[in-house]
Amino acid sequence: MKIVVCVKQVPDTAAKVVVEDGKVTWGDAPLVINPWDEYAVETGLQQQEAHGGDVTVISMGDESAKEALKHALAMGCGEAVLISDPALSGADSVTTARVLAAAIRKIADVDIAFFGKQAIDGDGGVTAAQTARVLGWSALTLVSTISDLDIGNSEIQVERSTEEGRQIVKGRLPAVVSVVKDIGEPRYPSFMGIRKASRATIPEWHLAELNLEAPSPAVSWPEIMNPPQREVKTEIIDGASPQEKAEKLADKILEEKVL
Amino acid sequence: MADKIWVYVDHFRGEPHPASWEAIAAGGMLAEQLGGGVTAVVIGSAVEGLAQQAIHFGASEALLVDNPALQDFRAEPYATALSKLAGDNAPEVILLPTTTRGRELAAMAAMDLDTGVMPDVTALEVQDGAVVVTRPVYAGKLLCKARCNRIPQLITLRVRAFSKPEADESRSGTLTPIEIDLPAGDTLTEVVGYSQAEGSVSLTDAAVVVSGGRGVAVNPNLRPPSDLDDKEAEIWKAQQGFKLVKELADVLGGAVGASRAAVDAGYIPYEHQVGQTGKVVSPDLYIAGGISGAIQHQAGMRTSKVIVAINKDPEAPIFKLARFGIVGDLYDVLPALTEAFRKRLNK
Amino acid sequence: MDFQLSNEHRMVQKMVREFAEKEVAPIIKEYDRKQEMAPFILPRMAELGILGICFPVGYAGQGMDYISLGLACEELEAVDSTLRVVMSVHVGLNSMALLQWGTEEQKLRFLEPQAKGEKIACFGLTEPGAGSDVAGIQASARLVGDEYILNGEKMWISLATKAHHALVVARTNPEAPDPHDGLSAFLVELNRPGVKTGDIHGKLGVRAGSTGWLSFQDVRVPVENRIGEEGEGFKIAMSCLDNGRYTVAAGATGLIRASLEASKRYAHERKAFGREIGKFQLVQQKIARMVQSYEAARLLYLRAGWMKNEGLRNSRETSLAKWFATDASFEAASEAIQVHGAYGYSDEYDVERYLRNAKGAIIYEGTSEIHQLVQAAYALGYREDAPLRCEMPAYDAEAWQS
Repeated sequence: MKIVVCVKQVPDTAAKVVVEDGKVTWGDAPLVINPWDEYAVETGLQQQEAHGGDVTVISMGDESAKEALKHALAMGCGEAVLISDPALSGADSVTTARVLAAAIRKIADVDIAFFGKQAIDGDGGVTAAQTARVLGWSALTLVSTISDLDIGNSEIQVERSTEEGRQIVKGRLPAVVSVVKDIGEPRYPSFMGIRKASRATIPEWHLAELNLEAPSPAVSWPEIMNPPQREVKTEIIDGASPQEKAEKLADKILEEKVL
Repeated sequence: MADKIWVYVDHFRGEPHPASWEAIAAGGMLAEQLGGGVTAVVIGSAVEGLAQQAIHFGASEALLVDNPALQDFRAEPYATALSKLAGDNAPEVILLPTTTRGRELAAMAAMDLDTGVMPDVTALEVQDGAVVVTRPVYAGKLLCKARCNRIPQLITLRVRAFSKPEADESRSGTLTPIEIDLPAGDTLTEVVGYSQAEGSVSLTDAAVVVSGGRGVAVNPNLRPPSDLDDKEAEIWKAQQGFKLVKELADVLGGAVGASRAAVDAGYIPYEHQVGQTGKVVSPDLYIAGGISGAIQHQAGMRTSKVIVAINKDPEAPIFKLARFGIVGDLYDVLPALTEAFRKRLNK
Repeated sequence: MDFQLSNEHRMVQKMVREFAEKEVAPIIKEYDRKQEMAPFILPRMAELGILGICFPVGYAGQGMDYISLGLACEELEAVDSTLRVVMSVHVGLNSMALLQWGTEEQKLRFLEPQAKGEKIACFGLTEPGAGSDVAGIQASARLVGDEYILNGEKMWISLATKAHHALVVARTNPEAPDPHDGLSAFLVELNRPGVKTGDIHGKLGVRAGSTGWLSFQDVRVPVENRIGEEGEGFKIAMSCLDNGRYTVAAGATGLIRASLEASKRYAHERKAFGREIGKFQLVQQKIARMVQSYEAARLLYLRAGWMKNEGLRNSRETSLAKWFATDASFEAASEAIQVHGAYGYSDEYDVERYLRNAKGAIIYEGTSEIHQLVQAAYALGYREDAPLRCEMPAYDAEAWQS
């Protein structure tokens, strides 16, 4: 079985991210593998343990993305590839999906491509579905459990985490699967993995190797801002009864659009 | 079918998601500035009623793709249908609610139509005749504006970020059924069923946290079972209080937290402790019941977007930190709040 | 001179830090209060390979270097000293001595299962009546045929009731003109008849750990279990300490860091007189001193680790690192409590635990007083390190990782 895991390098979630002079900065906080993608790596490794085969981890990014790839190698992935090209800066999700799909095709004979639910910088959560669409593969997103994987019959059955609860879905292989945290805690890198990863040379693919033209992304981001600072002005809700106060409070909370 | 602004009506097996109506109102605001009206798009099986509702909520017309094969939402055939409709009619904007379905549908349609998708948008504006969206990034730490230079622009709107319009049953509009060819090749996946298993919400991940403090054990009207000693009776009372905390958390889809005092007193296990020496949480909504708000607790929840405090003592430090407060007994206020939200959230 | 940590070292640091923070930090206070060692810690550290981190893969170790050992100890003690104490006795004092002085057969019999964590190891040197005065130990091992009969008591032994193997130093030659030459070292399986073990409670610190005593009554230990030659016991004990001390130095560095991080956090959060207390100069002084201690301690232990990697004798450098880091960690923890004010005095925060833990490290593995004597002796030329019959092997990545 051939598995690919797609990962992204992002700023640490604990980092203090602010906009200075119109640019995003996170000080000297490190860049790390996108936390959701660690779950995807874990899922890939679990499936490999269950069914045999290879796990290749890929990332579209710049040189620093090799850190995320090394982390995945240290967790146990067999191979890593970095897809990097100056023409890809400012890529939107559609561009990213096309690039990842091309890389997956280049690797060839892939049965499943795993993604994390979303990248914690862009918070888009669309790349997995889009990559599936380009490839013409089954798209199984927000997967919390892989209940069955039947390689012989090219079938996979999963449980997805949706608003209405757990949805049980069957799909044909090959498939793109994005995972949520219920899929299982990611393992730590092993020391052996760390040794292998630190010695690994990671090949780089450019747009030329993928037979892709330089993209012209549809989406652009003209401005990024710090959220408005609001002075906390405490409002004590009054009313004739607890019920009245509660009703008023519920309305005010809903107005804040936090639910 | 010349409207520039389309709204996809999201539903689960015919049950509409209210954010669809919010999208119609938002679409209406765009239409005011860009011209024309709002066309609702309804895809599913036996969903004509939804198309009617869309018109009541403000759509000037509705396109209806009704097919038994589309009873369960699957992104592939729904995207094929939406993309075909959009390809034939060239709308400028398609708004969808940011539900798991809406996001996936927008994603795939964007691929088909070779355009852009901007998910989970919290504000819309028109600048020089072009739509500019605002969306949170970096887990909500920052906001960014985005625009798309191709049409249709696929935009998913954050649920409850836009106001819900009033339904007007007297409104009427054209309902146009459309036949879409659904190639068998699109049936890559199949919904087999649903299971009720709900995982509990992890405290650090939860968007809503409802916490209880020492006050949960204070209720002279409670009668603990007679065979309990003083300490056990106190814990029993605290558990009744935490039941109220949990009920509110459940209605809001949130997690239960606690102050150190409550954990130390044995009212609730340590894994629920929020504070300097417990978990640090940053939910969108933090409701503290019977918590005084010592600095150690504050350190654990201070960055929550909206903080609500309920305490009998008007001088409690937590009120200084709170956006909203109610001076009152949590035993009265929490159940009332639970009821109020139940009504408003249709639970 | 490259002062950067390699990619490999940074990954080791991250992995151990995540384990300690995710799995131990949430429960450690509870066990510290109970004065018990959490039962999952030893098996989990074994499972993750941490107990065999710096041994060749050929002996079932993880093939990492001595700097990785130090980094791991720093991360472990930043969460709690008891985690690092495990490394000090299991890896530093016992397993590394086997690597240095053991025969091939002894390495296969004892080091391998210890590297895997299948057997837990401890170190039996200190006695009720002999701590600093190693030459004054009284435990005896009398050769009878092809066995030694071991008698005596060892006290303040970490993991005494959890370990399977103990490296015990005992007197084999009471007649030796210099008592230092009358000692020998043995690997004793603690399930041999005549061995009793017990726990010691009521310690000021390291309460989430396991400290106890070993008692030997006519325990028969085969000649094959003797480490090194008869009479080499003192030299072996000193090499054991070179390694144990290294882990203590690295760990105490982690403790300084933990005190510093806690103080920084609190200084930003606590307000007094209308501003955060980090704005007050006397608080700033404490923070500055902790930074100074941390960076100096770190460089000292990493230098010792580098020397071990190179196969260079490092008794002096390790002693210096241990003495400096442990004294500094006690000071840092004390000042961290001061920064926290009354809250630092309560176990709601971790800083009081850091202080209680830090004090132990100033006493064990050579008191600070002993280290001062050692350093003066090196400086004044009264002490020189003679080559040992068996030297600690240098790190060899290729050989160790195949």
